[in-house]
Amino acid sequence: MAFPHRPDAPELPDFSMLKRLARDQLIYLLEQLPGKKDLFIEADLMSPLDRIANVSILKQHEVDKLYKVENKPALSSNEQLCFLVRPRIKNMRYVASLVNADKLAGRTRKYKVIFSPQKFHACEMVLEEEGVFGDVSCDEWAFSLLPLDVDLLSMELPEFFRDYFLEGDQRWINTVAQALHLLSTLYGPFPNCYGIGRCSKMSYELWRKLEEEEDGETKGRRPEIGHIFLLDRDVDFVTALCSQVVYEGLVDDTFRIKCGSVDFGPEVTSSDRSLKVLLNAEDKVFSEIRNEHFSNVFGFLSQKARNLQAQYDRRRGMDIKQMKNFVSQELKGLKQEHRLLSVHIGACESIMKKKTKQDFQELIKTEHALLEGFNIRESTSYIEEHIDRQVSGWPGLLGTVCHGLIPKDYRSLKTQYLQSYGPEHLLTFSNLRRAGLLTEQAPGDTLTAVESKVSKLVTDKAAGKITDAFSSLAKKSNFRALSKKLNLIPRVDGEYDLKVPRDMAYVFSGAYVPLSCRLIEQVLERRSWQGLDEVVRLLNCGELAFTDMTKEDKASSESLRLILVVFLGGCTFSEISALRFLGREKGYRFIFLTTAVTNSARLMEAMSEVKA
Amino acid sequence: MLMNRTKGDEEEYWNSSKFKAFTFDDEDDELSQLKESKRAVNSLRDFVDDEDDDDLERVSWSGEPVGSISWSIKETAGNSGSSQEGREQLKSRNSFSTYAQLPKPASTYSLSSFFRGRTRPGSFQSLSDALSDVPPKSYAPELGRPKGEYRDYSNDWSPSDTVRRLRKGKVCSLERFRSLQDKLQLLEEAVSMHDGNVITAVLIFLKRTLSKEILFRELEVRQVALRHLIHFLKEIGDQKLLLDLFRFLDRTEELALSHYREHLTIQDPEKRKEFLKTCIGLPFSAEDSAHIQDHYTLLERQIIIEANDRHLESAGQTEIFRKHPRKASILNMPLVTTLFYSCFYHYTEAEGTFSSPVNLKKTFKIPDKQYVLTALAARAKLRAWHDVDALFTTKNWLGYTKKRAPIGFHRVVEILHKNSAPVQILQEYVNLVEDVDTKLNLATKFKCHDVVIDTCRDLKDRQQLLAYRSKVDKGSAEEEKIDAILNSSQIRWKN
Repeated sequence: MAFPHRPDAPELPDFSMLKRLARDQLIYLLEQLPGKKDLFIEADLMSPLDRIANVSILKQHEVDKLYKVENKPALSSNEQLCFLVRPRIKNMRYVASLVNADKLAGRTRKYKVIFSPQKFHACEMVLEEEGVFGDVSCDEWAFSLLPLDVDLLSMELPEFFRDYFLEGDQRWINTVAQALHLLSTLYGPFPNCYGIGRCSKMSYELWRKLEEEEDGETKGRRPEIGHIFLLDRDVDFVTALCSQVVYEGLVDDTFRIKCGSVDFGPEVTSSDRSLKVLLNAEDKVFSEIRNEHFSNVFGFLSQKARNLQAQYDRRRGMDIKQMKNFVSQELKGLKQEHRLLSVHIGACESIMKKKTKQDFQELIKTEHALLEGFNIRESTSYIEEHIDRQVSGWPGLLGTVCHGLIPKDYRSLKTQYLQSYGPEHLLTFSNLRRAGLLTEQAPGDTLTAVESKVSKLVTDKAAGKITDAFSSLAKKSNFRALSKKLNLIPRVDGEYDLKVPRDMAYVFSGAYVPLSCRLIEQVLERRSWQGLDEVVRLLNCGELAFTDMTKEDKASSESLRLILVVFLGGCTFSEISALRFLGREKGYRFIFLTTAVTNSARLMEAMSEVKA
Repeated sequence: MLMNRTKGDEEEYWNSSKFKAFTFDDEDDELSQLKESKRAVNSLRDFVDDEDDDDLERVSWSGEPVGSISWSIKETAGNSGSSQEGREQLKSRNSFSTYAQLPKPASTYSLSSFFRGRTRPGSFQSLSDALSDVPPKSYAPELGRPKGEYRDYSNDWSPSDTVRRLRKGKVCSLERFRSLQDKLQLLEEAVSMHDGNVITAVLIFLKRTLSKEILFRELEVRQVALRHLIHFLKEIGDQKLLLDLFRFLDRTEELALSHYREHLTIQDPEKRKEFLKTCIGLPFSAEDSAHIQDHYTLLERQIIIEANDRHLESAGQTEIFRKHPRKASILNMPLVTTLFYSCFYHYTEAEGTFSSPVNLKKTFKIPDKQYVLTALAARAKLRAWHDVDALFTTKNWLGYTKKRAPIGFHRVVEILHKNSAPVQILQEYVNLVEDVDTKLNLATKFKCHDVVIDTCRDLKDRQQLLAYRSKVDKGSAEEEKIDAILNSSQIRWKN
């Protein structure tokens, strides 16, 4: 259980520096408005802020009261108001309405808006239009990298996904480029860069431009992180849409991990209050089970419980001195472990109960069948039945069929969905199609030719199955062909032992290797995209895969085994677990930078026009 | 398992052992293992809990850790201006580590270490002290001066300089770009830099200084910029210009959807209904046109039903509303919910009334399967077992009655179980499941002992019956029945 890292695995850089930096910047900005002030904070910024500062720090910098930004008149009587917000139009209208109300009442106050992570011109335009430009001073708090864990940095920008992949708005590309620039100034240049996808390419180009403009700063520094890999979420939607079965992913799917912590309700805590728990490497129980397939978790927890029992039992028959030692030295640790164990046992129980109710087993089977390309019609009708019963709010299921549906199935699925969830989801379907998450086969699709060419290229002898799959599934997306080419569905003789995973497929019960992770593995092995031309073409990324290596070889062998993976549009805990596994196998260590942690439900919600 | 797969390939797939390692259905083993661990942990609680709980984080009623910013905001909202003192006391307890850390970490990542021993506010360790190996300028660029102070009155910036300044958030006049050629060059410069914020800034300028027609014409051939304008118009809510743009581009479907989207902002049901009426003629796809028509009809129905039922409920004369008061209004609910509601409150009404289930079924062409599922759930919730029975009873031409379920009896059983139907009822439907394995599984899962016992007997499966004997209560009627069968000499056991 809980695989140790190889002894030669490199150390991770210390990312807590990023927290200090963000906090010091915020303090500096607060000091720009000297004197007592009330602080209005946008709801989405509260959890990230909690991770780097707290009330007493704000108080020390003369923040009097704290309010949430919401569409209500402000009760504040303070002479200075400070707003800490995301750069959104509705926030500007809110600020403008407060300022204008004050003006009407003949009241003068000082107003300051701090945009995080950056200001947008459209926001200033609104302030100008509302006649408050100049009354309000604007600043930027470039807090765009929150270390959620020792190896996970999040930009906490879930809207990145919708803004870019649905609306085609490139507003966050500069934020990404700035964040990468910050990382390279703090941790040295990246000698090897790879990427795939349009957004990755653009972010990379802008980042390079920034480095040129402020050149010299990273020159001469030794690189700490040897590789950086940028990847667009739309290169692999499939993985993000699968139901997760590693513990951390399952906790996220079930309880929603928010900004690295989770609210366990009474059903988990077996008391009348809920408990907010930070989930990271410091939780000694969690860190041993987070990457495990769920089926292994029970065994581990009961073993732990027995050990704990035995440790406590040792106190029987102790004399006073031994007892004193026990209490002063061991008891605290045991108590901590005890609490952690109760929490995770409670969470497991609750997950089991919920999943049993939802026919999770059937759902997983259906997903695996879809991934393998078996029985598409039957799976589709299973999905329809699931929709019927209104059991699973926004089922990631719907998205799993993203490989392209025949028109009849598409229509029927859509009708069922609208009937079960409301006719306004017509808009959702339009969005799903625009983002390429749900596609309908056009009659006589011309891509067939491409695919038959592909199946010729596939050298596998047992190509019988693939022809089946081709005839039954998608004409549009090339998932089938990619799956074959990259061997995403492992051939398993006998039972796949989930206790001793043999490849990254273990994160999906041995049924599927995440496409995104396989791409990363392949490119790292080759140190380039060479030999992957066909794959790149199937991903529709002809011009969008890039490699960039610097000649100067100052990188230590240790740094060359550190890899920063940047997911633009979000990554899932399953992908993180899979790459952690790969790292252990190869002696690498991965660092993850994501615009936000995501999962199938979040991707689907991002496509909805209906506000919950 | 429940899906009746037939093809050889799939049989092989599903029967292959690789997915059998773990199942969520198999509650028994895993859960009992879990329960055991839970007992072990709980048994330690007495010993543990009497100790001080200093490293338990403090959590307020709302579940937020005391001292966290989220918590404090709720406090301000809850009692603005009052009991300041009490709050201060609570707050003074906070420190970095009380935040939701479970348990308190003795970690190298603890932030409190940076503040230790520095009580005077404002005397924090400067960054350059802490990170002396890093050039200070690099991680806090331009922190010294607020960006607003950069004002630029120069008129001579080239398009690329202008765009770069815009990217840095600096105020930058665009007024010198007056010829169309200059404006477009500026736009192209912005697009080639990839920064959407700058593209939008230039578009705001173009929108202000170009006529609609010229702007639209130029954007039609510049797709990246066009997408930014569309998103910008959506965000600022300039619906009129957005619709004009779609019209100009001849994107009729987007035009229709964009117009339809507005209904979400209309709260009043009558007004919303009237608005939906204006959507009916819009150029949707054939398929969507039907959905829009249905949406209108559904809301129209709901308004009638709502008015009627609210009246009935407040009058207090109707039993069903007295026994089961409505939890929410039916307005704007999905069709399936409406059907459920109708099956719950108006089941027996004649087809002629708007609120009758049959009428809804006809009007919206609800498929049989869907109808049966919904009716079943509604009647089971009311424990109207007679209605449930009638739902599946059909008569053939000879007058014999037969049980038939379009959704399969295994589904019926599951739904009944979810609505906590008594064992006698469950048993009846479990018996109707055709596939023997499924039947046995369901019967075991839902503890329909008789069905399990009889099925084992019919299968002549002595081993399974023996195994089941250990699962029933000692000395129960079931155990007696099993013993009687096991001792019977009439059965030729297959094992």
